Parts: sequence; structure tokens; C-alpha cells
Amino acid sequence: MSDQVKLTIDGISVEVDPGTTILNAARQIGGDLVPPAMCYYSKLEGSGGKCRTCLVKVSKGSEKDPRPMPKLVASCRTTVMDGMEVQNLTSPEVIEARKGVVEMLLINHPLDCPICDQAGECDLQNLGYAHGASGTRYEFERRTFDKIDIGDKIQLHMTRCILCYRCVFTADQITNNRVHGILGRGDTSEISTYIEKAITNDFSGNVIDVCPVGALTDKTFRFTNRVWFTKPVDAHRNCPTCKGKVTLWYKGEDVIRVTGRKNHYGEVEDFICNTCRFEKKKTADWVIENPTPIERTSVISSNHYDTLIPLPVIQKNKVLIKANEEEFARTKKI
Amino acid sequence: MKSLTNKKKVLEQKPMSFWERLYLPAIFRGMAITFMHMFKKKETVFYPEVKREFSENWRGLHSLKRDEQGRERCTACGLCALACPAEAITMTAAERKKGEEHLYREEKYAAVYEINMLRCIFCGLCEEACPKEAIYLDGNIVESNYLRQNFIYGKDKLVEQLFKV
Repeated sequence: MSDQVKLTIDGISVEVDPGTTILNAARQIGGDLVPPAMCYYSKLEGSGGKCRTCLVKVSKGSEKDPRPMPKLVASCRTTVMDGMEVQNLTSPEVIEARKGVVEMLLINHPLDCPICDQAGECDLQNLGYAHGASGTRYEFERRTFDKIDIGDKIQLHMTRCILCYRCVFTADQITNNRVHGILGRGDTSEISTYIEKAITNDFSGNVIDVCPVGALTDKTFRFTNRVWFTKPVDAHRNCPTCKGKVTLWYKGEDVIRVTGRKNHYGEVEDFICNTCRFEKKKTADWVIENPTPIERTSVISSNHYDTLIPLPVIQKNKVLIKANEEEFARTKKI
Repeated sequence: MKSLTNKKKVLEQKPMSFWERLYLPAIFRGMAITFMHMFKKKETVFYPEVKREFSENWRGLHSLKRDEQGRERCTACGLCALACPAEAITMTAAERKKGEEHLYREEKYAAVYEINMLRCIFCGLCEEACPKEAIYLDGNIVESNYLRQNFIYGKDKLVEQLFKV
């Protein structure tokens, strides 16, 4: 344990391996003090450092050099030092800066959440809700693009893109040739596939999962339903190409969407292949595990009541069990 | 038994006097009150012919609004259905095709939009939830009907009539 580094974040101390970033150290503590991240994705090498939402204040550099860092630092890119003291929620400077970053990200982002399929599970929506201002100070035209089809299953709507580069890293990681990248610089930069060339890779659908906003969307799910009317269920299948661990999104009896399993920070556990994502949309294809845990505050869990679980009084009484046989059968099915 | 509250009153029944036994004065007093009402303002409204004025914050039948160019405002975002405590609203979204820009305001629209008027409690939460100012409860009383299925109002009944300027 001697080579572990000790640091405190918002007054809570934690010991981590040297070389860990502040963001990952904060994730080891968990809870509210974890800085939000729009571009950093733990499964993608080299991601992070672009969106600046994870800015934190380092009030003490290290044990050897206790001077504070002169500016706020991006926690996803800054590695920890022994004796470091980090302020996230306790620093008003950080909260103010994050509000500015959200305003900046929303400069060109269209406020079409009522139309966008990502609404309800969108990182930017959550971030804007938590930190953003209600009005905009931007007076110019927002940049707009035409929709582009990347293959026949994925649609790219560049207007909504916040240039986090996650999809670019995904494409780099899953393919040998570079097929997907960013063209142009600064204000004119855009995600492109070099003249709308289709990505044919088996894992190309994962760019939908990694996209923090609704720029890359599933064309098979497009506009079919709102995420808060669907019920997520964890399931798996014996897939030859991927691990086959997915989340099925049910509407009634039908699977209307298949995604990777996302954790607390919106990152998928395992990338899933396109066959699982786009083609296996029947309950018979899958082995159902259990309902996906959804945070109580999420809009997806609103209006979903677990009324089908019979009360403990009923579960013991034999007469009532017989009377509620139908109800019990339904519970079993779910 | 002694009362706990001290509010108990013992009723004394006195024998009736001569005038009270006659009953006639009481009858005439009652007739006078009835007669007086003939000169008062009538409260009755003869409903189908005459309609009572609604208050300003009256919530009646829903209407789906159009914008100034006559396009449907609703974009099928589902927030009204989410806000609805009675789960009366259902919808199916569809994508606007090329050439339909004069019909629908946004790139997505409600192909099917149904409100079950038997479930609806006219609370107005859908109106509040709507980000597009597309639904308002500014209509009349829901008409009566013999069949339950006729209370499911589709877009044909809900969408506002096209107005000509």
C-alpha cells in the first residue's frame, strides 16, 4: 500500500494508484462530488480534455509543492499527486466556471429536446438542468447542418453535436483504417466519415451509445417512442462476436431498442455488435435477467409503479394467493 | 350521564299557544316567501339554448393549436402524456417528409394523438407541460355520448380548424 497516493476531494480523502486522474479518483469515492464529464469516456483511450465540464480547483498541488494550481484544471486529464487537495462542489469558482462551460456548449446546440430522441437520457440535458442558466446571451444564428446517414442504421445530425470526439475515438478503436473523423477547424469543424462513406464495421453502432447528446441516433428507433415511456430490462444472449450483454427497451411487449448496458456515469460496460443492436429485436432472442436499475430522479422511472408485486400479506395467505393467481402469474412474467 | 363538553342543551317542549295551534300564520308566512321569489332574478339557465358564461380560467375540451402559418404545433414530444396524472393521452410520432413543411411545424409530428375524455380530469397539466404551446384546454364541455369508444378523441376532433386571414 506504500506506493498509493493520498488526496482529498472536497474534504474526503481517498487513496488511489499513482497515475490515476482526479476524475477517476473522485469516481472511486462516488456520490455528488464526481465532476460531470461530457467527453471523457473510461473505455476509450485518449478521450477527455475537450469539453471542460469536469473542471476542478486544485487548492494544494502536492505534499512537496503545496502551491495551488494557478487555474482550474480538467480533472479527466490531470493526474493525482500525493497530498493533493481538490475542490469541486465546495468551490464557488468551479460552479461558476461550469455554468460558463454549459453556456458555451449550448451556443450552437439546438434546443430541440422535444424532437430529439436522446431527451430523457441526455448528458447535456442533465448538465444544463443542473448547472446552466435559463437564458442565452448568444445573439447570432446557430450553425445548422443537413442530416447525414452513416450506413443504413445510424443517422448523424451534426447540428446537435458538441464535438466531444467520443465517436471518433470509438471508430479509431474498433476499426483498422480511419473511417470517421473531424473535418475543419474551430467553428466550422464537423464529424464526418469522408464523403458519407458507410462504416461497415460490426461494432459501428456503438457510436450511438457513446454520443452524449442526440447527434448520433439509431435509425431503427428514430421517433418511434420517447425513452420515458419505455422500460429497460437487462438481458444477454450467446453472441459470437460480442459479449451479448445488453439493455432491452420495452414498450409493452415489443423490444423497440437495444443498447449497451450503461453504468452510473452513462458509460457502456461492454461494446455490443450491430447484430445484437439492430437485428435481434424479439424477446425470444434474449435471456431476460432483471429490470435495469434506474435512478429515482431520472425521467425514465417516472410514472412507473411496481404495483404488480403482491403485498406481503397476500404472499402468506393461501386464500388470497388463490384469489390473486392471475396477478401472481403476471408478476412471474415480468 | 354528565356531559363532557358542557355544550349539551336540554330541549324544553312547551305546549303550543292558540296562534301556533291555528297553523294559519305559519302557512301565510311560507306563502309570502314563495311569492317574493317571483320578483327575484331567476337562477335557472335554459341550457342548450342559453349558455352560462365560462370563467376566464375555465378548462374545457382540449384543442391542438396551429401556428400563424396554419401548421400543427405539436411535435409529439410526449411531455403532456408524461405529465398527465390520469394517463389519458397517447400518441404516435412520425417524421415529416419533404413537401409537408406547410402542414407540420417541426420535423417530427404526432401522426396519432388521442385523449380519452373519460379518463381526463381536466387538470390542465398537459397545457402546462407543453413546450410548444400546442395544447390548450380552451374548448367547451365534452359532449355526451352513449358509447365509451366515442369518448376517445383523435386528431380529427382535437386539431384546431384552419383559419383564413
